[in-house]
Amino acid sequence: MANVNREILRVEGLKTHFFTDEGVVQAVDGVDFVLHRGETLGIVGESGSGKSVTSLSLLRLVSRPGRIVEGQLLFDGVDLTSISEEQMRAIRGDRISMIFQQPTTALNPVFRVGDQIIETLTIHQGLQGNEAQQRCRELLTMVGLPDPERRMRQYPHELSGGQCQRIMIAMALACNPELLIADEPTTALDVTIQAQILDLMRALREKIDTAIILITHDMGVVAEMADNVIVMYAGQVVEYAEVKQLFANPLHPYTIGLLNSMPVLGDVRDELAVIPGTVPSLINPPVGCRFAARCDRRFERCTETPPMVEPEQGRRVRCWLYR
Amino acid sequence: MSVPSSAAMPELKPARSEGQWAIVFRRLRRHRVAMFCFVVLIGMLTISALAPLIAPFERDEPNLRARFLTPMSVDNDGNLRLLGTDHLGRDYFTRLLYASRVSLGTAFFATFLASAIGITLGILAGFFGGWVDVIVSRTLEVIASIPTLVLLLIVVTVFVGREEDIPIPRFVTSIFAGFFAVQTREANIVLLVNIVLALFGWTVTARLMRGMAMSVREHIYIEAARALGASNFRILVRHVFPNSLPPMIVDFTLGVNAILLAESALSFLGFGIQDPTPTWGNMLNNAQNYMFQHPWMPLIPAMPILIASLAVNYFGDGLRDALDPRQRG
Repeated sequence: MANVNREILRVEGLKTHFFTDEGVVQAVDGVDFVLHRGETLGIVGESGSGKSVTSLSLLRLVSRPGRIVEGQLLFDGVDLTSISEEQMRAIRGDRISMIFQQPTTALNPVFRVGDQIIETLTIHQGLQGNEAQQRCRELLTMVGLPDPERRMRQYPHELSGGQCQRIMIAMALACNPELLIADEPTTALDVTIQAQILDLMRALREKIDTAIILITHDMGVVAEMADNVIVMYAGQVVEYAEVKQLFANPLHPYTIGLLNSMPVLGDVRDELAVIPGTVPSLINPPVGCRFAARCDRRFERCTETPPMVEPEQGRRVRCWLYR
Repeated sequence: MSVPSSAAMPELKPARSEGQWAIVFRRLRRHRVAMFCFVVLIGMLTISALAPLIAPFERDEPNLRARFLTPMSVDNDGNLRLLGTDHLGRDYFTRLLYASRVSLGTAFFATFLASAIGITLGILAGFFGGWVDVIVSRTLEVIASIPTLVLLLIVVTVFVGREEDIPIPRFVTSIFAGFFAVQTREANIVLLVNIVLALFGWTVTARLMRGMAMSVREHIYIEAARALGASNFRILVRHVFPNSLPPMIVDFTLGVNAILLAESALSFLGFGIQDPTPTWGNMLNNAQNYMFQHPWMPLIPAMPILIASLAVNYFGDGLRDALDPRQRG
C-alpha cells in the first residue's frame, strides 16, 4: 500500500473558507491525506461536511467568495496552490480530471457529445479532425458505449443518465489522467446502472493506473471501490483507515454512528439508528470537538480541541477516546 | 453487444439526431403566421435589395409639370406613374423603393450594431461580475436615462449641411453608400443616424444578456468545462454564448421593430435622415403638408412601415414560441 515512490498527491493542512456576509464559513478546516498511483480513496460524510469543497479545492475551482486560505496540495511534487492559473488550467482535464454528480446537466445541451469529448482532446493534445474523431470513437468504445459513430452525433438530451455518465467518464479519461476525482458519480443513477458504472470505473482504474478520489455518502459504494477511506465531519477529517479496518472496527463515534445508520440486507430491525442533531454551523464552529454535541460518548475533555492520534499503524482518528 | 439480425425484422432506422436548432426550425416551419411574416419580410428585403434595378425613374429627378400626380396616372410625357408623384414631381414609386433600402437597411444594421455591443458588454458583465459588472451596469443606466430622440436631434442639427465634417473614414462611407443605395455624401448622415441609434439602443440587449450569462454560468456544464481545463474565453464563446442565444434572437426582432419605428419617427420629425435621401419617415414628413388635398401621399409610405413592423413583430412572436423549451415536439 504505502509505496513512497508511487505517491501522486499529498494534501497537508488544507483549509478552504468562504467569506460571506454572515461570516467566514470554514467549509474545509484541516484536511490531510496521501494518495498513491492506482489507489482509490473514499471520502465520506454527511451533506455539508466539506467533501465536495475538498475536491473542488484540489482543482482550484472554488469560486468566490471561497478561497483556499492555507495548506499545500503537492501533486507529483508540485504545490498546486503556488502555480499560475494558466499552469493549473493545463493540469485540469489532462492530469487531474473530475466526474460530476449530475451527468445529464454536466454536458452542454447545445453540442453533440462527440464534439464535447473532442473539445478536451483539442485543449490538451491539440487533436483535431479525423485524428480527434478516431480517438473519440476509441474512448466511447472504452467506456462501453456501442455504436460510437452514432453516439458521437447525438445530443445530451437524447441519452440516458447512465449513458451521459459514460460520456463524462470518457471526457475525464480522454487524456489518461493520473488523478480522477469522482464526486458522487453514481448518486443520480438507478441502482442497476450504478453497479455498471462502478464496474466500469474499476476496470478503467486497472487499465490506466489512475488514482481515484471517490466522494460519496454511500458506504456501500465505498466498501466496493475504495482502498482507504477518509471520514469527514464539519470540514475536518475525523478518521482515516484502510477500508476493511474501517468497516470491521470503526474508531470515531461519528464513524460508528454512520455505519449503524446504514441498512443491512437481511438484518431485520424496527428502526435504523440515527445520529441525533445536525452538522453544526461552520461560521462559528463549536470550540473543542466539533462532534461533541451529537456524541453519546462525550466527556469533559471534549471541550478541548482533539488532536489527530494514530492508535494503530496507518490509522488516524481525531478523538480524545484514543489518546 | 450485437442484436441478432433477422430477415423478418424490418430495418429499424435510427432516430434522427436533432440539435436544439433543428428542433427550433422545425417548430418555426409549423408556425403559419410566423412563416407568412417571414415570407413578407424576405419579399420586402428582396425588393429593397433590387431597388436600383426595379426603379423606373431617377430618384431625385423633379418634374414641375407633373406634381401631385395620383397613383396609376400618366404624366404629360406619356410615362406611367405607378404610385404618382410628390410635390416636386419626383416619381413616388421610385422614391419608395429607395426609401425601403434606407429604412430597412437602417433597421437591420443599427439593430445588428446595437446587439453586437449589447451582447458583448452584457456577457462580460454577467459572466465576470465584480467590477466589470459595475462598470457596464452603471454606464448602461446612464445611457438608458438619456432620451435618444433629443440627443439625435442635437447631433443631426449640428451636422446637417456639414456632412463632410462627420468623422467617419472615407472607405467606410463608400461601403455604406452601396449598402444603403445612397450617394457617398448622403451616406455620412445615414451612417451617423445608424451609429447614434445603435449607441443608445444596446442597453436592453445588454441587460438581457447579462441576466442570461449570470444564469448560464451557474450551470454544472460550465463548471465541468472548467474542470476539463477550458479557458474563460473558450467557456464564454463555446458554452455561455450559445446557451444564452435564444432570447437574444427574439430580442433582435424586437430591436429591428423599435429601430424601424424610431428612424421613421425621427425622420418624420425632420431630425433624422434628410430629404433628398428618401426614407419612409421623411416621405411621410413631406406628405403632411399636402395630406388633405392628396390623401394618398401619406398613405403610401405609411403602409410599408406598418407592414414591416407587423411582420417583424409576428415573426418574433413565432420565434419566441419556437424557442420556448417548455414547448416540446
